[in-house]
Formats: sequence, structure tokens, C-alpha cells
Amino acid sequence: MAIDKTITGAEAVITALVENGVEVIFGYPGGAVLPLYDAIFDNKKIKHILVRHEQAAVHAAEGYARSTGKVGCVLVTSGPGATNAITGLTDALMDSIPVICLSGQVPTHLIGTDAFQEADTTGISRPCTKHNYLVKNADNLCDIIHESFDIASTGRPGPVLIDLPKDIQLTKIKYNKKINRIKNKSSNNNPKIDMKIITKVVDLLVNAQKPIIYAGGGVINAGPKTSTLLTELVDLLNSPVTLTLMGLGSVSNDNKNFLGMLGMHGTYEANLAMHNCDVMLNVGARFDDRVTGRLNAFAPNSKKIHIDIDKSSINKVVSVDFGIVGDCKEVLTILVQEIKKLHNQKNLKSKTDWWTQIKEWKKKDSLGFKQIGKNIKPQQAIKSLYNKTKSFDTYITTEVGQHQMWAAQYFGFSKPNHWMTSGGLGTMGYGLPSSVGVQIAHPDSLVIDISGEASFLMNMQELSTIVQYNLPVKIFILNNQWMGMVRQWQELNHGSRYSESYTESLPDFVLLAKSFGIKGLRVEEIDKLDSTIDEMLNTKGPVIADIRVEKEENCFPMIPSGAAHNEMILGAEDKPKDTSNAGLALV
Amino acid sequence: MSVYQNNEINEEETSRTLSLVVDNQPGTLARVIGLFSGRGYNIESLNVTEIDNTRNLSRISLVTRGTSMTIEQIKSQLLRIVPVHIVRDLTLEGPFIRSELALVKLIIKGANRVEALRVAETFRARTLDVTLSSFVFELTGKPSKIDAFIELMRSLGDTEISRTGVSAISRGNKSETKLLEQIELN
Repeated sequence: MAIDKTITGAEAVITALVENGVEVIFGYPGGAVLPLYDAIFDNKKIKHILVRHEQAAVHAAEGYARSTGKVGCVLVTSGPGATNAITGLTDALMDSIPVICLSGQVPTHLIGTDAFQEADTTGISRPCTKHNYLVKNADNLCDIIHESFDIASTGRPGPVLIDLPKDIQLTKIKYNKKINRIKNKSSNNNPKIDMKIITKVVDLLVNAQKPIIYAGGGVINAGPKTSTLLTELVDLLNSPVTLTLMGLGSVSNDNKNFLGMLGMHGTYEANLAMHNCDVMLNVGARFDDRVTGRLNAFAPNSKKIHIDIDKSSINKVVSVDFGIVGDCKEVLTILVQEIKKLHNQKNLKSKTDWWTQIKEWKKKDSLGFKQIGKNIKPQQAIKSLYNKTKSFDTYITTEVGQHQMWAAQYFGFSKPNHWMTSGGLGTMGYGLPSSVGVQIAHPDSLVIDISGEASFLMNMQELSTIVQYNLPVKIFILNNQWMGMVRQWQELNHGSRYSESYTESLPDFVLLAKSFGIKGLRVEEIDKLDSTIDEMLNTKGPVIADIRVEKEENCFPMIPSGAAHNEMILGAEDKPKDTSNAGLALV
Repeated sequence: MSVYQNNEINEEETSRTLSLVVDNQPGTLARVIGLFSGRGYNIESLNVTEIDNTRNLSRISLVTRGTSMTIEQIKSQLLRIVPVHIVRDLTLEGPFIRSELALVKLIIKGANRVEALRVAETFRARTLDVTLSSFVFELTGKPSKIDAFIELMRSLGDTEISRTGVSAISRGNKSETKLLEQIELN
């Protein structure tokens, strides 16, 4: 008698996930995914984390992916389950995070009938995923799962959604193992590096008198070794280096050549170095509008080199002199190799003048602030938090707004993959669920969600998840009762007409913590800040720390919208020119 | 394209004919069209049909407009779409043929019927359907020739037009076979 080797589609999906190395899946059950949940029920190899909202499932998977370099995995039901996941998927697309999202769908014969909890999930998610599938034939199921992992993790990473009708999950099929095949378009995922261009680029870099290296999230995505290579290149060239929000950690904050973050809230020296450089090397960043400022005044007298895995990033907003399509790790390996060869032959151009100039700019102390009076300056809160956590293996997640910028400015990152923030999409409510994913991946590390009170309210239901899995996440809320960044822009651009940016009726965060059975702390005066941080860090379980900060503090330095790098304002006393009409229209 | 400034290079926009080879599966066309609408590019003409049923491939012939920087962006963005395998810029590659088919119905009675047939003959249009009060003509050729024909027909009577959009192919012995062989059989 022949042994029945068939399994259900749902079992095949879970087996395929395990085969692709999935250990954790973040999800929320519902009618259209019951067979999948049944298959998970007694599976020992996959741990399911029950979130409280599907958006949070995706952010948790992002946090997991970004802090480990693995693919994050999400499971949601049809209809509202899938539509709730859309913000998370868009976030992962904008920040190039590898995520697989499995969504349930009504059975194939009901598709198109407006069935209960039916939505055109592949239609809705098409522009916010790298690729998506609707599985209509169970025989293709295994291959699709295997392929989706390749798509999500190779080339420029991104989210992939697989829509699984309920009848497909119940169909008996034969399991297909993953075949190691070079998928079509592999040439596109792993492009050949043009050595002729490398030679020219090396020549340019070696002869540069005022170089700047500007690196971004691509360095992080290319793996931790890439950060080492980047640091090596910086040392070899003795070039100043600046990092984008997404790239923080790829060069250690204590590297003597590191100028801090650049862009809208970057340091004065980083932005001025960008503006005045003669050669700019962009490694895995994408000339985002937060970084470039006004384009017609962007680094006007420079030769620009751009390394990116995604060809469409090159010459998208800034025309460059040399575009190198390739993985940052591979390109940096070659660059370091070639520059070392030249080193033996001749000396680099002296950069003394350049460094003297940069030191002049540094004297402006653009991140300086005065902690006076009893009120806690938010900058001081971050600084103190950083000083007290230096000895830990600390992972930071953030929400979006002023607190995010202060965290980027005042917290120091010495390693890649330790900083999780929503850069491209700017999703308020990213940080708390993201911290869930990070803590699951690194149970023994210190995970802190640096939050603002408004962002926190957007996904605070995840407190319940944190408590369920006893995740010792520390939630560090810089509470100024305003949507601070909105308030700041209203002050600068709209004559201080604070329309709807004040949050009435905030909860008592200490009582809120209590209601979840976790510790809540509050501090309102500067002299108790340190002891509160200590108490937070010494608590074993999760903590909400309500840090009441100066309410109307603005985030400086700042490139006003529509302005160029050399038109930064350093503080409130440094009144900007009136924002141009074109500038007012910008986000 | 950038939020901060219009493209600084004041280069004139030109018309470009792209030829794509894509997987013939649901959603592929939606991805291609979604890219154009989502990123604010124009499609002037579009034509899609299966060309290889063993590999399950379709060709999309597409006419768009833009500066060279925009066109480069369009091509790179198209290649990011997983089921898009080949993107060729026929305008850039060299000489190529563009052809289109049009079906033109003309409602017409009386003396001008002879004139209509004479025009059709001049354009080498085929007459596919005749009634006492109408004709249906079929015409193939360059879009400009079809435009001219339609204009003449409109001056003769009520018309109804159906056009396929441009289908394009490069001249000479250049072939895609090697590129196609790299595409795995589905």
C-alpha cells in the first residue's frame, strides 16, 4: 500500500518557512488563516508571537529583521488583517527591510464576490511590496514560498506578500523542497562591477583634497562586515564621514573622522562638509530629500560617486559623475583593495586644510544646548540615557518626530543593526512594536523604545504583547504633550498657529503601566533624571518611563524646508529667513 | 521628480519606444501601469500580447515621453518589477519599426461612398465590411499614417475607431534569443 505523502497546503507553508530558516512569526489569527494556525499549533520549530494589531506584526518583523539581518515573517488574516498590515509593508519597502507577509484570503471560488472579509489584497499591496503573489494553484505553493524568500532578501531587500486563499491552505499537496537555483534576473540582483569605473573612482578618491564619505542604510543591509570595510576605507583615505539616519552605527560614533548625522537635523560640520567637498562618495544612500536640502545648491562643486545595489537609485534625484551598481560589501572590498595598492606607491593628497576647516565648523557646537533650570531638556534626557547604557548591548527603536531626531543626534551608535527607526515612511507608532521584534531576537539584550507621547499612543496596544511574552522592553517617553515636530513647523512656518498639535487628555502613563502590571516611572525635574534612568535599567521587566521634558523645545540644528546645506539654522536665536513659497509646499 | 526642485536640466522631452518581455501572468500589466501612474510618468501607447507560450512570456510595446534622465529612471524602475525580464529602449538602440493596426468604421451614404473607397485604396486599407450605409476599413502602418487616414475619414462622415497601439521591433539581425534563454521555463 502506498504511503500518503501529501500534506495540507497550510502544513506545506509552515514546513517551507522552517526550511527557509524562519524561527519566529508575528501574527494575528482570523477566519481565513485558521488552517495555517492549526498547522502552527503543534509545530515546535516556529514560535508564534501574538501581536495586538496587524500593523504591529509587520513592524515587529521589521525590528526582528533589522536587528538580525534575517528575513522577518508575518501572518495575518484576510480583509482587515491584510489592510492593517499595509502601513507596515510600505514602511518596510521604503526602508528596504526583508519581510515575508502571509495573508489569508477567501476561498478561490469566492474571490470577486465581495465575500465576508474579502479584500483585493494583492491589488492593494502591489505598490507597497517588492513583489506579491495570489496563490491560485496549490501545486505552486511551495515554490512560491521558497522564491519569496529569495526576492525579499536579495538585491535591494523588501517586503513580499503571499495571499493564500483558504481552500489552497486545505488542499492536499506533495511538499517540494527548495531547489538552489539561480533565479531569473539574477544578473540584476547581483550585478557585475565595472572595473573601469572603479579605477576612475579610486583615482578620484586618492586625489581628492576635500572628500566626504556619506553612507546610508545600504551599508547596514549588506551585513556587519560592510561596516568594517567602510571604516577601513575612511581610515585609509583619512576622509571625513557622515551617516544618514538609516546608516547610523555603520561607522562607530567615536571614530575620529565621524562628523555625525547629516541632513535636515544633521550637524553643522557634516552638512557644511557636504556643501564644500570636492569629491563625494555615497555608499548605499539614496539622496533623500531630508538629506540633500535644496537640490540646485546641493554640493555644487563636487564630483559625485554613488554606490547602490538598486540601479534606479542612481541619477534619480541627483545626477552623479560615477554610478556603481553593486552590493556595498563587494564594491567596498574592491575599493579598499585598490586604494591599498596605490598607497604603497604614493602618498595621498594632504587634507590638512580640509580638516582645519572642518574643525572650524565643529567649533560652532551645533548640538550644544544649555540645561538650565529644573525642567528636563529632551536632549539631556537622551544624553543621560546614552551615558548610562554604554556598557550594555543596547538596541534602540524609535517612533517618529522630535524624539527620533534627538535620539539620532545624542545617542551614540557604535555598531550596525542596533538602531531601528522608520526613516523613509516616517511611521509614528513604529518603535513600540519594533522593540517587540528586537527583544524577541535578542532576549538578553537591553532594548529601549525612545518614544514621544503622541507616537506611543498610536500602537500602545502592544503593551499587552510585551506583557504576555514578558519582554523587558524599556519605553522611554519624551513627554512634551505636543506633537513636537508638527508644533515646531507650525512655529517656524505658520506663525505659531498651533492647529491641532496639542494632545489633550493624555493618559497617566504610570497608571497605564500599572494597569498592565508593569513598572511605571515619572520624572519631572532634572535632578531626578539620572536616578529614574537607573531605576528603569535596574528593573527586570518592562518599564514605561514618562520623562516630562521642556514642552516647547525645538529640534536644532535645522535646514529649513527649501533651503540648502549652507543655510542651516543653529538655534532659536538664529532666525531663518522667511521660508520661500516653494519651501512652504514641502513636507 | 524631486520634491525640492524641478529637474534642472532643461532638456526637451522626447518620445521613446520601449519593448518589454514579461511573464504572462495576472498582475504583471497592473504592475507596469501602476509604476507609470504611481510615479507620474506618461504612457502614450501600450500594446500587450503573449509571444511565447512555452515560457509563458508576453511582450509589452510601450511609447512614453520624457527627458533622458526620466527615461533612464523609467527603465530602471521597470527592471525592479520581478516579472519584467527584459527592457529594451528601441529608440536608443537604433533603427526600428513601429506599426499599428486600426479598424475604422465609417457611416456614409450617397456620392461620398466612392470617395471613401478611393481614399481607402490610396492608403492600402482593406475593406472588411460593407453595408449600404457603412464601411469597416482595416489599416496597418505607422501611427502617423493612421492618424492621417482617420482624419480624412472623419471629414467624410460619422466614424468609430479602434486602434491596437504601437507594436515595435528592431531592424536588422539583432535578436533576443540569448536573453530569453536566461529566463527560466515557468
